[in-house]
Amino acid sequence: MSYYFTIVGTRDNPLFELEFGTSKGGGDGVARFRDEARHYNQFIVHAALDMVEEVQWTNKDLYLKRVDTYQNNYIHCLLTGGNVKFMLLMNPDPATTPYSTYQTSPPSRAASARQSLLLASNPNSQQTEEAVRQFMMEVYENWIKCSMSPFYQVNQPVTSPIFRARVATAAKKYL
Amino acid sequence: MPGPVAAPADKEDNFKPLPPTKPFQSTLRYPSSRKSIYDRNLNRTRVNESSLASFAYLFNTLITYHHSKSGSVSEIETRLNRAGYPIGTKLLDLLLYRQPPRTATRPTRILELLQFVHGTVWRALFNRTADALEQGTEKKNEYMIIDNEPLVNSFISIPKEISQLNCAAFVAGIIEGMCDATGLSTDGVTAHWAGEGDELWPGKTIFLLRFKESVVERDEALKAG
Repeated sequence: MSYYFTIVGTRDNPLFELEFGTSKGGGDGVARFRDEARHYNQFIVHAALDMVEEVQWTNKDLYLKRVDTYQNNYIHCLLTGGNVKFMLLMNPDPATTPYSTYQTSPPSRAASARQSLLLASNPNSQQTEEAVRQFMMEVYENWIKCSMSPFYQVNQPVTSPIFRARVATAAKKYL
Repeated sequence: MPGPVAAPADKEDNFKPLPPTKPFQSTLRYPSSRKSIYDRNLNRTRVNESSLASFAYLFNTLITYHHSKSGSVSEIETRLNRAGYPIGTKLLDLLLYRQPPRTATRPTRILELLQFVHGTVWRALFNRTADALEQGTEKKNEYMIIDNEPLVNSFISIPKEISQLNCAAFVAGIIEGMCDATGLSTDGVTAHWAGEGDELWPGKTIFLLRFKESVVERDEALKAG
């Protein structure tokens, strides 16, 4: 499983980005996105912002669970009170995801059966939902600490290396 | 080499690749305890309340500064409002975080937001709820939060010539920041004296919230389902 995490400000402006891979089940924590996926990820997450806006007035929770899927990408979102979106894109197998040509056929049954053996590599499972929730809440805590700094203004990119390290630690812990 | 046009041979010699980017070197300076803001706990307990005396001193300095810089009562109030605004936007997430886990909800309706401000915010800032919450009689988008004795005004006496000034404009700024952060934006939140009539509470202050028309429309649409 490869992950792309980004924080999006109130004007749909990116504030923070991080790519990482799973650390569960012997994973090395390195994202295996293909080169072309780098900018596709940004597109896909940007498109998912529309889905967030659709649910944001009807769902009062901070953690909105899975908001969108595109091909083999699953996007989870946490919406803070201050309208800042934490978007997490996960892709169980980026190597086989077709980006350039549209393809509707689902991944072969053998591949999905193999993936679901690993707890954290099945994006549809309850455990994944829960792990993402815990990850999001830990980032949320650090986000508040960051935003409480009197030198931080709304919609300013987050550059703190400590914040980055904290997010990476949370990713390692839960995902 | 792919590409439509091959580079001329003599240009090839001049080509120098960009130097590799330097690895990120932090220039952060840590305090001697090696603790950053990320090591602090966000859940404060009752014993950690800040002192009223030191707040009053700081607030006094703030007012004196803005008074010296501005020419009119409304300008002082605008400046105090702007000073409170970022506090509101930041306080919202902090208070949501402090709610019991899994039950924290974002205020998405006007009434929820007003109750959140009236209760949770007031308790966090002043250790009690506000005294009343009313809807304006003339306009649908106007709401009033009433505080009989604003804590911020406790040590402030207003000179006769600017008797209209209400320094609770600072608190109004906090409310405005919070409304804007939730997406229920306002056309401004202002603090007004309730008037001479009330002898029991001479310092009674009304915070007037004027929500934007679009926000009221959306709220009614949500109510209808």
